[in-house]
Amino acid sequence: MKLKLFVVSLVVLLSFSIAFAQEDTLTVPPIPPDSALLPAAVTGLVAKDTDNDHGHAITLKWQPSADDGAGRQSVAMYEVFRWVPDLMTRIPALRDTLEYLKLRTGDGWSPPEPGSRTDSIHNVFASLDDAQLEERKESLEQTISQAIRDLPAAHAAYPEDGDWQQVAVAPAGSATAADVGTKEKDTPDYLPDYSDFYYRVDAVTADPAIRTASEIVGPVQSYGQWFNKGRLAVSVFVLIFGLLTIFFVQHARRGADLYVRPMAGIEAVDDAIGRATEMGRPILYVLGLGTADMIATIASFTILGRVARRVAEYQTKLIVPAYEPVVMAVAQEVVKTAYYDAGRPDDYDEDIVFFVTSLQFAYVAAVNGLMLRELPATNVYMGKFFAESLLLAETGAVAGSIQIAGTDEIAQIPFFIVACDYTLIGEELYAASAYLGREPILLGSLKAQDWAKAGVIALAVAGLALSNLAVAYDWSWASSIVDFFRVVD
Amino acid sequence: MKKSTLIVMAVVVVLFLLSWVLKASALQPEQGSYILRGFLVTFAAFLTLAVMSFLYQDNPFYKFAEHLFVGVSAAFWMCMGFWTTIVQNLIPRLSTSLADYFMVPQRPEGLNLFFYTPVILGILLLMRLSPRGGWISRWPLAFIVGTTAGLNFIRYLRSDFIKQISSTFVPLLGTQWEGIGPFLSNLDLSASGQLVLLLSNWVVFLGVFTGLIYFFFSKEHKGAFGVGSRVGIWILMITFGASFGYTVMGRISLLVGRITFLFGTWLELI
Repeated sequence: MKLKLFVVSLVVLLSFSIAFAQEDTLTVPPIPPDSALLPAAVTGLVAKDTDNDHGHAITLKWQPSADDGAGRQSVAMYEVFRWVPDLMTRIPALRDTLEYLKLRTGDGWSPPEPGSRTDSIHNVFASLDDAQLEERKESLEQTISQAIRDLPAAHAAYPEDGDWQQVAVAPAGSATAADVGTKEKDTPDYLPDYSDFYYRVDAVTADPAIRTASEIVGPVQSYGQWFNKGRLAVSVFVLIFGLLTIFFVQHARRGADLYVRPMAGIEAVDDAIGRATEMGRPILYVLGLGTADMIATIASFTILGRVARRVAEYQTKLIVPAYEPVVMAVAQEVVKTAYYDAGRPDDYDEDIVFFVTSLQFAYVAAVNGLMLRELPATNVYMGKFFAESLLLAETGAVAGSIQIAGTDEIAQIPFFIVACDYTLIGEELYAASAYLGREPILLGSLKAQDWAKAGVIALAVAGLALSNLAVAYDWSWASSIVDFFRVVD
Repeated sequence: MKKSTLIVMAVVVVLFLLSWVLKASALQPEQGSYILRGFLVTFAAFLTLAVMSFLYQDNPFYKFAEHLFVGVSAAFWMCMGFWTTIVQNLIPRLSTSLADYFMVPQRPEGLNLFFYTPVILGILLLMRLSPRGGWISRWPLAFIVGTTAGLNFIRYLRSDFIKQISSTFVPLLGTQWEGIGPFLSNLDLSASGQLVLLLSNWVVFLGVFTGLIYFFFSKEHKGAFGVGSRVGIWILMITFGASFGYTVMGRISLLVGRITFLFGTWLELI
């Protein structure tokens, strides 16, 4: 009986052992994909700094896999990997902690939601007081700065302490990709220049687990170029235009009579000033909403100088409400100079040009009110205008003023055309400043612009003919000439 | 002040108070700070109507709205300029102690002494307030105007000049031209058809060509040149007309927004 019990126990134990042994065999590691399913790797992988940029970018080129569009046709895409040192992957986590510390030490701190990422950081620092938090924050700022400085050295340590990270994806059929980072050190996409980068490209099938890596290329460094060769056409035209300007300015200085066709809007300025003098009412000059660096505003300063000079001669009142502080400062200088040139420095008043506000519709409200209260005989709008153009011009029309406008803002020109007596369209505004000033520099540059326009017409016609003939007769040389004008941004 | 003006002002004040009370009581069940909220909605409606009253004529309510708008906006932009430009952007680049004082974060790249240049230029600009040193302010002005004009020169040359040339290189006969016979037999009048493509390419070319003639200032617009100039101004005017209609539609939507506020948020009629 005892023997029988012993045998049964032995059988049960043996059965359990077999069962456990069978369970163990169920957790075998995954079987690697059949090598017959793996796509062919890309070949001829080349990584080099991206041309004509400010750095922080690498361009990769390769020969597509033999199974991309041919062979087994199994390649679905290419994944580009860059070897990234551990130090670089730690920086975002350090920044998260720093962000938490800034929030914690700043105003309006409230505890994070339980279970959130910020909550896990909060648990580490929860017991620290304000002084300790400040100390940690400063220490962490220094650590991050040092880590950013150490990035080139960390990249040079390849393949120690780092791992591959996907940086770009290209569809099947592609033979190129770019790893474009930023120069901003406090962003996750920061890509340090002059650091050794290593790349590989994986040919990936529809099943992401089935892939083949290329050979590793590197080290390659990114850096900025001094010259953007894609903008060669710009430098050629700057040179030509500069030489033309110098030539015509010298020509004008020698006393040559350079013809500029009359423009009705400008001819009307003198009449309008005379009308204001006769009526004993002021002239309102609006410089628009542009800043002092805009071409339209610069042209407007010249016209303002001319108007102010005439106003000073006729002893009429001038009102110039300014939208922008720097524009106001320049306009004050222009008007002051005009009064001095007219021989009436005593008539100059600092309040002729005054600042209103830098908010668009508040400025419009103020100028509109001014128009109805002062009832100017003439309103001159010259410069950069936006949505306020019709509001100003309509109010001026209601006030019964003669209105002369000029802007290069294409969307606003229609409003001036319908509501003003005279409108200078686009470049006429620039030409008006030269026409009024009759100064050699302005006249010379206007002439140079005209010649440049003639050049544009000639080049456009020639380029048009060439591009059409290049398509019709497959002339590659003609295409290369046409491509010269396709400027890279 | 005229008696009639005083009566109108009194009526408006009474209406304002009435609107405030009614609005606050309407908001009471759902809003916590209903008195303040009622005031803000009524005040916004009052300012909207005050500005619109300008369509009739200049009046004290418009003047009030105008002065409030100008004063608040000027103060707002001054504060924004100080806190975003000087405190947030400049100070962290110049001084760690000042950055700590204003509680703004340090820049990751550390201090940058080049940023003393705008500080110096800014101080020079303020010299215009000095009766004797006013002339010094011309130097920063010359710097601002000169450098930005130079920078813009390149930008405009690229975008308005060279790109204009390259954009004019359009296939005048289309990319799939096989002769007049196949063109007429397969005539397609749809927007993506060959006829429309051909027409648009010719308009681009002729528009640029005649537009440039119009903006040519060194020759009188007579004869063939004058004809080209007339065609150019016609093309410009058609473009402006299209632009006018498009922009007016945008303005109508702004008006609809204000009307919706008055009749919806304020009067709750829609």
